[in-house]
Amino acid sequence: MLTTEEKHKIDHEISLVPSPKNACIEALKIVQQSHGWVSDESLKDVADYVGMSPAELDSVATFYNLIFRRPVGRHVILVCDSISCWVMGYEGIRDRLFDKLSIKYGQTTEDGRFTILPNCCLGTCDRAPALMIDNDLYRDLTVEQLDEILEKYT
Amino acid sequence: MEKPLTQHIVPGRAPLSLKEYEQVGGYQSVRKILKEMAPAEVQTLVKDSNLRGRGGAGFNTGLKWSFVPMGPEAAKPKYLVANADEMEPGTFKDRVLLEGNPHQLIEGMIVAAYAIDASISYIFMRWAYKVAAKEIIKALAEAYEAGYLGENILGSGFSLDMHLHTGVGRYMCGEETALLNALEGKRANPRAKPPFPQVSGLFGKPTIVNNVETLCCLPHIINNGAEWFKGLSKTQDAGTKLYGISGRVKTPGCWELPMGTTIRELIEEHGGGMQDGYLFKGLLPGGASTDFLVDEHLDLPMDYTAIQVAGSRMGTGTMIILDDQTCPVGFVQNLQHFFAQESCGFCTPCREGLPWVEKILLAIDKGEGKPEHLLTLDFHTKYLGPGNTFCALAPGAMEPLQSALKYFREDFERHIHEHHCPWSKAKVWQPSI
Repeated sequence: MLTTEEKHKIDHEISLVPSPKNACIEALKIVQQSHGWVSDESLKDVADYVGMSPAELDSVATFYNLIFRRPVGRHVILVCDSISCWVMGYEGIRDRLFDKLSIKYGQTTEDGRFTILPNCCLGTCDRAPALMIDNDLYRDLTVEQLDEILEKYT
Repeated sequence: MEKPLTQHIVPGRAPLSLKEYEQVGGYQSVRKILKEMAPAEVQTLVKDSNLRGRGGAGFNTGLKWSFVPMGPEAAKPKYLVANADEMEPGTFKDRVLLEGNPHQLIEGMIVAAYAIDASISYIFMRWAYKVAAKEIIKALAEAYEAGYLGENILGSGFSLDMHLHTGVGRYMCGEETALLNALEGKRANPRAKPPFPQVSGLFGKPTIVNNVETLCCLPHIINNGAEWFKGLSKTQDAGTKLYGISGRVKTPGCWELPMGTTIRELIEEHGGGMQDGYLFKGLLPGGASTDFLVDEHLDLPMDYTAIQVAGSRMGTGTMIILDDQTCPVGFVQNLQHFFAQESCGFCTPCREGLPWVEKILLAIDKGEGKPEHLLTLDFHTKYLGPGNTFCALAPGAMEPLQSALKYFREDFERHIHEHHCPWSKAKVWQPSI
């Protein structure tokens, strides 16, 4: 069930576009913001609300990299794996994260704290390697900095 | 040296507030066009300035606008969209403008919207640009408050709404028709052209999509004229350009310089030269989807015309350096992984061809390559090239591959003959699944 607050926010987005379904990506973002991801149930709720079939909405939801159709941890680590970060040796960063958190791409730590995902170029290539945790960008990264960075997220 | 676009951007300092921006001449171009110029005159001025699209295609901006139906019979509302998706790997120039001076973008967008008589505008920005989003939201509120946006701007009768739309991640969104689908809440598949967006774009209405850097040039062209803008350049392609360098140079970064600055000057003077212990081997001049250039091209001016003559594209103007200690096969493998993953899957050559290319490159890099693999790669560079796919994604992906096969073919062959990657660091790219 969509909450009143979610409906209120979705209504606002619908008011800005010609047809309710034009607001479906915004609606998915709103649901993801409150739950961390978009469950099958949420997807169906949103589809009903904006007048789409669940299959049609899922074709949109699964198209975009940052709509999560599986549960994620409290914090999502996005590791840039594109060319400039590769040239600057981002794999050391990635492997250290895998080791330290005992997870690989697409997995979540047992305590539900972190999910780690690969991500396309973050647009900060002059300061590679880079990653984002939630809304925070980290760049000019070295393996040594990782412990301190991860400690900020509980 | 004039740096109109970045003159008020100081790294590490907050962007100018509306009041500060006005004090240094901000929004003068809006006052000028609303008072003195008809939309057609703005179009002509920009066309005469020879401003070419900074997103990479390099099409004359004023000419692009001129395809929008004008006059009382034209379909309404018309839309202007700022393409701030910037997902081309190796590209980070629009971030500088978005974070550093959001009012300049808003001012440029008002100029563009007025020129095509658009009443609704969007800034389509990638999700990752959190700082930019915060600054733009603040600047939009200030601009509305001051009457530069909204109904009847400065009493002129011209009205314009502007919204920030943040994407949810997909390279395809940078392609202008795919971007429009994303804005409409659809999968970001590209659309067939014609009809072109200028005639039938967002929600079926006339729409212009311009890159952030392109839009930021507009206030300066209005204020200073077409001849001044052309005079900023060292070559026939007008204006300044935000150039960038990433990779193993001493001081990677982004700089506004005269259009046509040579590649050598960019690398040696601005990038500080190669890092100690690394030698230059090649570069992609303007993002992941541009052909490699090598030593013989270093004295070329970085502009649309000269780089095209050399067999590549200036693209976004932010170059990625390949050094001698980085495996060119691994480099191209990383690029093809990106393109294969980001293909929208809509047309068959791109959906099926790119993963095939990626697989072959992975095999070669692991030492499992066969001589006939190079022929299969050659074949793909033709059959995924221009004219064989629905949009420019796969042809773009083939640019670094075909030029790598041309300039670094021996390195590909060594992988195959020696059955391993000759770069001892064994920087084998591992697909991230």
